[in-house]
Amino acid sequence: MTKEKTPLKVWIVDDEPGMCLGTKRALRDHVIDMEDLNVSVNFEVNTMESGEAFLTNLKGDKPHILLLDGKLPGIDGIEVLEELAKQSTKILTIMITAYATLEKAVKATKLGAYDFLAKPFTPDELRYALKKASRDIILTERAKQLEAEKQQVRFEFISVLAHELKSPLNAIEGFADIMKGRVAGNDIEKYDHMINRMCARIGGMRKLITDLLDLTRIESGKKKRILEPINLNSSVENVIENNIGLAQKNNITVNVAPSNKCSINGDSGEIEMLLNNLITNAIKYNKPNGNVDIILKPSETTISIIVRDTGIGMSKEEQQNLFKEFSRIKNNKTKNIEGSGLGLSIIHKIIQLYNATVNVTSEVDVGSEFTIELPIQ
Amino acid sequence: MSENKTVLLVDDDEDFLLQHKMLIESCGYIVTTAQNRSEAEQLLTTLKPSIAILDLMMEQADDGFVLAHHIRQIDSSIPIILITAVTSETGLKFGVVSETDKKWVKADVVLSKPVRFEQLKSELERLLS
Repeated sequence: MTKEKTPLKVWIVDDEPGMCLGTKRALRDHVIDMEDLNVSVNFEVNTMESGEAFLTNLKGDKPHILLLDGKLPGIDGIEVLEELAKQSTKILTIMITAYATLEKAVKATKLGAYDFLAKPFTPDELRYALKKASRDIILTERAKQLEAEKQQVRFEFISVLAHELKSPLNAIEGFADIMKGRVAGNDIEKYDHMINRMCARIGGMRKLITDLLDLTRIESGKKKRILEPINLNSSVENVIENNIGLAQKNNITVNVAPSNKCSINGDSGEIEMLLNNLITNAIKYNKPNGNVDIILKPSETTISIIVRDTGIGMSKEEQQNLFKEFSRIKNNKTKNIEGSGLGLSIIHKIIQLYNATVNVTSEVDVGSEFTIELPIQ
Repeated sequence: MSENKTVLLVDDDEDFLLQHKMLIESCGYIVTTAQNRSEAEQLLTTLKPSIAILDLMMEQADDGFVLAHHIRQIDSSIPIILITAVTSETGLKFGVVSETDKKWVKADVVLSKPVRFEQLKSELERLLS
């Protein structure tokens, strides 16, 4: 991986020309490699002879790092810091001091000075101080970026969620309005289909809220996890039993190939959530009269759970955003399949909790196969 | 007035279709529905609607636009009402008010979802009068 080159602007404010020149020389062509952050820093140095000159230059530009002499003609270093604080301008400032009094140092620190460099200093001392400062700047910048990205993701999630919650409400409201206006007459039976649709949309909304709560509980880590030995054979049986109705409705045959030695350490709620999402998907996205095969395969260190269906399958393109929230595949074949769009996100989150892996193979109109490899631990 | 006038209603939301078919029929129109662009294009090979009501975002985000162009090519006199949730979801506003809009939005009216039926009804009456 090539390192990201980051030039940082350094301004030196000192009335001694020799001092400015020496500093400039020490930093020219100096590169700091930060292997762990994958970045290399170099410096663009500018010198100014007075606090006034610095404040004037500040109107057009701003340095990353300021090397500020404490004792200057005209306004001194402390006054420069006071002015910066007044303007709420934040610049990482290293005070250069010949004879710093404790009182001055405390004052400078209170005004936000980051570090001190005592005159006279060697080029290495200067470079060391700048290395520390650069590192802080880069880490702060990265934290800011990460925070912004997180906010963006959160914002997108909430917008989609709002849409997913609003559409069933709109539908239900529409039906209620029709019934209120007796658009189909006074005969209640005329509204049977509408009532069924309203119930279905309410059911869908409830499922969405349940899935959302599951997802946030796993994500926040606040859900109390009880880790105990779990027999995957019986977990699979439980989940199938809960979904018999769904399978019968679509005339899907569910086959299980159980295995001996299928015990792992886990939280039974999480494991059933994982299996439930896998198995209901295999049933829902199947074809009428299709099959679902569930195979448990233990090895030395892992147990593989394979869930295979004979359903509608997915194209390569459709597989790309599979685990992203609300990324439901929208086409003619899926239009009548109910789903919250969160099932695979839940699977993904649980897999991360168990250091497990998931592998998907799929072919359009042939079927999909999800393989989860759970470490036994 | 509305006798024998055929409305082509296209939306991927089956509940929206069910509700609006019923409501528009209660005003005396004949309503034909389609749940996606290709279904609508298929219908248009034999059906000549008096007016079309199209959802903007179906399988593809621009299905409504494409369908509107298609209808304009078949018969530019068929009025088109485009309905969309874009405004309520993204805050993005567009319509057929300015001249630039009119160039690329091939619709007579753009209504935002959720649609107030009274408004849809009066637009139908106005465009078919």
